[in-house]
Amino acid sequence: MKDIVIIQYNAGNVRSVLFALERMGVHATLTGDHDRIRQADKVIFPGVGEASSTMAYLRRHGLDEVIRSLTQPVLGVCLGMQLLCTHSEENDTECLGIIPQKVKRFVPKNQSEHKVPHMGWNAIHREPGSFLPESVEGEYVYFVHSYYAEQGPYTAATCNYIEPFSAAMQKDNFVATQFHPEKSGPVGARILEQFVKG
Amino acid sequence: MLAKRIIPCLDVKDGRTVKGINFVNLRDAGDPVELGAAYSRQGADELVFLDITATHEKRKTLAELARHVAAELNIPFTIGGGISSVADVGVLLESGADKVSINSAAVRNPDLINDLSKEFGSQCIVLAIDAKQMEQGWYVHLNGGRIPTELELFAWAREGTERGAGEILFTSMDHDGTKQGFALEATARLSDLLPIPIIASGGAGTMEHFKQVFTTGKADAGLAASIFHFGEIPIPSLKNYLAGQGITMRII
Repeated sequence: MKDIVIIQYNAGNVRSVLFALERMGVHATLTGDHDRIRQADKVIFPGVGEASSTMAYLRRHGLDEVIRSLTQPVLGVCLGMQLLCTHSEENDTECLGIIPQKVKRFVPKNQSEHKVPHMGWNAIHREPGSFLPESVEGEYVYFVHSYYAEQGPYTAATCNYIEPFSAAMQKDNFVATQFHPEKSGPVGARILEQFVKG
Repeated sequence: MLAKRIIPCLDVKDGRTVKGINFVNLRDAGDPVELGAAYSRQGADELVFLDITATHEKRKTLAELARHVAAELNIPFTIGGGISSVADVGVLLESGADKVSINSAAVRNPDLINDLSKEFGSQCIVLAIDAKQMEQGWYVHLNGGRIPTELELFAWAREGTERGAGEILFTSMDHDGTKQGFALEATARLSDLLPIPIIASGGAGTMEHFKQVFTTGKADAGLAASIFHFGEIPIPSLKNYLAGQGITMRII
């Protein structure tokens, strides 16, 4: 049985990730303890919240250094993905800098068509070599976000809302999704299952 | 393309779904979790659970409901019904709810919207507005349409958005229960006016009504209760029909 740790910090939706893993028979430990995180086989870095206050919390608790030092597979989710990048326009926040990419705010071109946040189900398209299972190509997954990572060399899947953006990213041992796999029905469950069991 | 959302709404009283429910192949259609799971399997994009229990034990029963739903379902859900404080919302989100909807409490204390969005983020705060068309325009009503207020619908929706609501759930009390179609003009006006998503509610009777609310009504999501509960419109048929009409749908 693999030791799965979910990083505990001042973020929402942690319960949903725990429940999603339990549904696939996987027990995960929710902890902010540095050693427990470093020793885990796999680490999940979830997140719903605001970038600057979350980064401040991570720094205050030394978790920024812990996350940067991880060499095992790490899955960032939503804000967790954005914080892996270098910088976010959300309150001009310096992020972890693990994935060299910037996070920008959605600018609607037409208000009745382009609501912000980008909230709901949208289709994703895998890039070649993506960590995402091939079976999720073109499938709909659940997004809730007002900021997005641009497309770049570390994009693992794209989604189109106002313009194309990174729906998933990967670099070395870090993989991440902008959408919420824990809320994305059977498609999301496949993605989580591949990460924790693969 | 972002898909338009289909959202069944479940009324819950004392932990049981109410309104005569006629759902085939369900062991216990009165169990909100089981009914929600059935909708999820059929392709519902989101669920709304509206607790209409009126007891002081409410916070506890709502949290239990959130926990049970979150443990079983892998799609987003909103919980509403008598939520009136930051503490109420904290317990629900911690229990696994994705969003909460607030209604009367926000009318009585508009600062609640600011407090909630600051504490938890706009994305999880749904401002539910029940309104009726009067001689002078659309006015907000409380307690299921029984109590009129001085608040004008569009002004209140705009104020709620500026205070930090992340979505508007607009119910036309004039259309609710009629099955004659959604309030298309008012819904479209809200959508044009506001930068946040609009969930339209009240009046769904046919599949074409949903098409109208997503096109003419410019809604981001359509919510209904009885037509789904009684199986009058199965969700898979509805979504296939809408997709065939050129509306972006998540088909499972």
